Amino acid sequence: MKLFQVFKDGLWSQNVVFAQMLALCPTMAVTTSGTNGLGMGLATTAVLVMANVLVALIRDFVSRQVRIPIFVVLIATLVTLVDMALNAWLHDLYKVLGLFIALIVVNCAILGRAEAFASKSPVLASALDGLGMGLGFTLALVLIGLVRELLGGGTLFAQASLLLGSGFAFLETTVIPNYGGVLLMILPPGGFLVLGLLLALKRVTDARLATRAAVPTVAAQGA
Amino acid sequence: MSAVPIASPHAHGGAGVSRIMAKVMLALAPATLYGFWLYGWPAIYLWIVTVLAALLGEATCLRLADQPARPVLLDGSALLTGWLLALSLPPWAPWWLGAVGGLFATIVAKQVFGGLGQNLFNPAMVARVALLISFPVPMTAWVAPLPLTAAGAPGLFDGLLVTLGSATQLDAVSSASLLGHAKAELSRGVDLLHSLGGHPLSLAGYRPGSLGETAGLLIAAGGIAMIVMGVISWHIPAAMLAGIALPAAIGHAVDPARYLDATTHIFSGGALLGAFFIATDYVTSPNTRAGQLLFGLGCGLLTYVIRTWGGYPEGVAFAVLLMNALAPAIDRLLKPRIYGRNRKGAPLPS
Repeated sequence: MKLFQVFKDGLWSQNVVFAQMLALCPTMAVTTSGTNGLGMGLATTAVLVMANVLVALIRDFVSRQVRIPIFVVLIATLVTLVDMALNAWLHDLYKVLGLFIALIVVNCAILGRAEAFASKSPVLASALDGLGMGLGFTLALVLIGLVRELLGGGTLFAQASLLLGSGFAFLETTVIPNYGGVLLMILPPGGFLVLGLLLALKRVTDARLATRAAVPTVAAQGA
Repeated sequence: MSAVPIASPHAHGGAGVSRIMAKVMLALAPATLYGFWLYGWPAIYLWIVTVLAALLGEATCLRLADQPARPVLLDGSALLTGWLLALSLPPWAPWWLGAVGGLFATIVAKQVFGGLGQNLFNPAMVARVALLISFPVPMTAWVAPLPLTAAGAPGLFDGLLVTLGSATQLDAVSSASLLGHAKAELSRGVDLLHSLGGHPLSLAGYRPGSLGETAGLLIAAGGIAMIVMGVISWHIPAAMLAGIALPAAIGHAVDPARYLDATTHIFSGGALLGAFFIATDYVTSPNTRAGQLLFGLGCGLLTYVIRTWGGYPEGVAFAVLLMNALAPAIDRLLKPRIYGRNRKGAPLPS
């Protein structure tokens, strides 16, 4: 149960982007479409899970004084592996995400989870934490990317077959044909606008959920 | 107003948000009506759509924030925002341009910051810049004037079709604004001495442009009326116009084939509307007189720089937004001396 809670926290209540406001650089840079967001999110998830597992494995042998350099070396190695793997097997996506894959290494969320969670927790919990955080990050990137893509180009998941293979071509939807597009949404200001509005939406949703959850308790106490 | 002081020594001048807004609108009305006459029904419909969208955005946000919408809507600030935005759009633009702009102005540029008095940037100009970047083609589709009374001008119904974007045949002659024409010709290598032959500067405003840029003399008259009524001080408009005119005059004297003259700069684009009605926005400009002079000068110089060397032919909106961002810093820099203390805050020797 507690392990499931660790996983769930990363998805929503401790979401890297929507709750912790970390990793905003890749968030702004790659979310010009849902596909880009998905690719970046999955690559980051892979690095996060592996980094968390490795850090949790070695946490007893690393002294506190040198832990940060060790973590950095581990993460950098993993990112290099992911970077080369993408270049080899998903070259078209690599051309789109290019620079940002290498920049996963400075994604503060990864070092943050290594330091805040994996260096203090057993392996399984760390892996689940990495998975939850990574999927939460992916969720955020895909959401922002989809909104920006829809407003900016009138499509959803354009070029998804590049990422997932031709079997996923059905995801590519043109919602509004002959749509001129709101150029601003593809440009950097659009990223900030959409992130801000989605954050507001999350807070409203959380507040609604909290009041709904609170009402029966109050009634029960009154009775 | 509930804040009328009861005890002396205070007297209330009667000024309030709604009264100031009413005066501004009064000053803006002649130029707007002239623009309506010049561009006919499509311009009137676009104005209505833009203002209604601005009011709708304001009302929606207030409702979401559980605040009473009526008093805020009636203070006229959202109406004025929509009005100023409409004046800066191409008069025959499709309705959705005004609608998107109006909503963007009050929701994103005003209410997100907390409503009237809290916004860092001028809402109308934020919306205009957002529209210009998002929809560069319709935002630069200027038409030649076709007065309401002229033969061939779209009537009540045809005008609606133009605004709805479903006019079967366009009767308007599309044409570049003067600044756009000068910039395009310069980039083709045609110098100004040759390129401006067919584009005389008409002081009566009979040339392509937005509602707020063609009627330059009426805008200036409205602005001066506002100064006389005490709604705005002369500092920002004077400094901004000087900031445009001085470098323009110097440039034109050095190389008339490369640089437009000062009169053309002042009467083209949004210079007058910006100087009198947009840069002078209380919320987004500095509070001290010295700060206002600096602010206005910055607006003017940036406008000139963007027009002359920038990628866009017109730069008033960008210049005002950039200086809006600097307004809090200017207010910190040019603080007034506290009464009875020197500039460093130490008490004056008695």
